[in-house]
Amino acid sequence: MARNQHHVTIKGRRDGLVFVLDDRCPFSDLLGELEFKLEKSHNKLLTGPLMHVHVQLGKRQITEAEREALHNMINRRNLVVQKIESDVAEPDPHSTHKVLTGIVRSGQVLRHVGNLIFIGDVNPGGTIQASGDIYVLGALRGVAHAGDAGRRESVIAASYMKPTQLRIADVISRPPEEWGTSDTAMMFAYLEGERMEVEKIVHLPRHRPNAVEIYKGE
Amino acid sequence: MGEAIVITSGKGGVGKTTSSANIGTALALLGKKVCMVDTDIGLRNLDVVMGLENRIIYDLVDVVEERCRLEQALVKDKRFDELYLLPAAQTKDKHAVEPEDVKKIVDMLKKRYDYVIIDCPAGIEQGFRNAVAGADQAIVVTTPEYAAVRDADRIIGLLAKEGIHTPKLVINRTRINMMKSGDMLDIDEICQVLAIDLLGIVPDDEYVIKAANAGEPTVMNPSSKAAIAYRNIARRILGDSVPLMAMEEKGGILSKVKKLFGIG
Ligand SMILES: Nc1ncnc2c1ncn2[C@@H]1O[C@H](COP(=O)(O)OP(=O)(O)OP(=O)(O)O)[C@@H](O)[C@H]1O
Ligand SMILES: [Mg+2]
Repeated sequence: MARNQHHVTIKGRRDGLVFVLDDRCPFSDLLGELEFKLEKSHNKLLTGPLMHVHVQLGKRQITEAEREALHNMINRRNLVVQKIESDVAEPDPHSTHKVLTGIVRSGQVLRHVGNLIFIGDVNPGGTIQASGDIYVLGALRGVAHAGDAGRRESVIAASYMKPTQLRIADVISRPPEEWGTSDTAMMFAYLEGERMEVEKIVHLPRHRPNAVEIYKGE
Repeated sequence: MGEAIVITSGKGGVGKTTSSANIGTALALLGKKVCMVDTDIGLRNLDVVMGLENRIIYDLVDVVEERCRLEQALVKDKRFDELYLLPAAQTKDKHAVEPEDVKKIVDMLKKRYDYVIIDCPAGIEQGFRNAVAGADQAIVVTTPEYAAVRDADRIIGLLAKEGIHTPKLVINRTRINMMKSGDMLDIDEICQVLAIDLLGIVPDDEYVIKAANAGEPTVMNPSSKAAIAYRNIARRILGDSVPLMAMEEKGGILSKVKKLFGIG
């Protein structure tokens, strides 16, 4: 049984107790530590008036069985579980795509947190920037920066790929002299180690199978 | 109520003043009442190109600072009765007036003239904002060079912020031979990047320089190719669909110009 005692934090509040459970460790470690704290280190809690317990799971999502196990573990003598709750999981901005249309002209910077599908041109002197992937349905002639907060698996794709400069995370590439290809139609860029590679969009699933869901045929 | 059109470019020296003088004169030639406004305060030269420098008594800043009435500052053209110029001040700088001042003046002029043609200074600062303040429409002038096209693109973005969403494009100083040989950006490339309607193409023409020095807008000289181009631009502003001159055309441009309508 785990003797590590950093996964369960017990706080007192006016209306009862709050058990804050770590959301990264294995679930069984939580039960072990709860058992230890309630029976040994914090056993004073079990003497006294009726107390409501509010269990906070952080980002952890649990099964019905696990919920039951928590109930059984905590509901003893004067302790009554009132609520067991997870934080509403924030949707990952990189699991969806924002779609925008227009023209990014010289001197303009289009920034987005998440993945971006831009329908239109990015002109020389213009910048398109996203924390995730960038797909330009149009001509990319300016600067594109994907994964601008460090997400290295990000890609930049364009119908017409003739950028002034491409950046993925902290890697900068000046086309076309650094690229193995001079093709411009339907291309995408990705990082292979420290190098930026440029390939036909059809090869996207081969290099980034998780970028978007893959169509596998009927 | 007339229409105010600002002639702008971002980059300096691409032909804003030349275009203002020639478009203004060409519209007058077509029988319209026109007032040209020079907003290039401190670097005025629309008056020189028009040959009106020696007739100036008051200027735009005098009107703003109420040293004279608007009518007193308007200089009548030598050639046309219905063509006037409101000159810029030569001694002050662009901070001498605010965008609202210019807008007030342009609004007054619009009541009396069919077209108010506003010559914008180079740059994107206060001078640009002054020039654009009263404008209903814009003509963006560029030359077939990367830097000029890039600045034109910047200006198109800024015009949208000022509420002018469908500016028209004039490509100035084209040289067919250089375009054919690939030494100059071609019309199609420029139109693709800027993605606004093409209003006209003005060839590089030494008459333009001679005319400017003589204080006589090129458009008065029918043997100049640039003159024909500017007359066609003026007709397109009035809503005529005028095809590009034979020497202007290249690639699929004709079809694009056929789509053009009047500027209003
Ligand atoms: N089509 C043309 N052919 C030959 N020369 C031209 C043409 N258009 C303009 N020029 C010359 O280019 C120079 C600059 O033109 P102009 O003064 O009209 O530019 P501008 O954009 O108003 O400049 P600024 O930004 O300084 O106000 C002038 O000497 C003019 O005569
Ligand atoms: Mg000028």
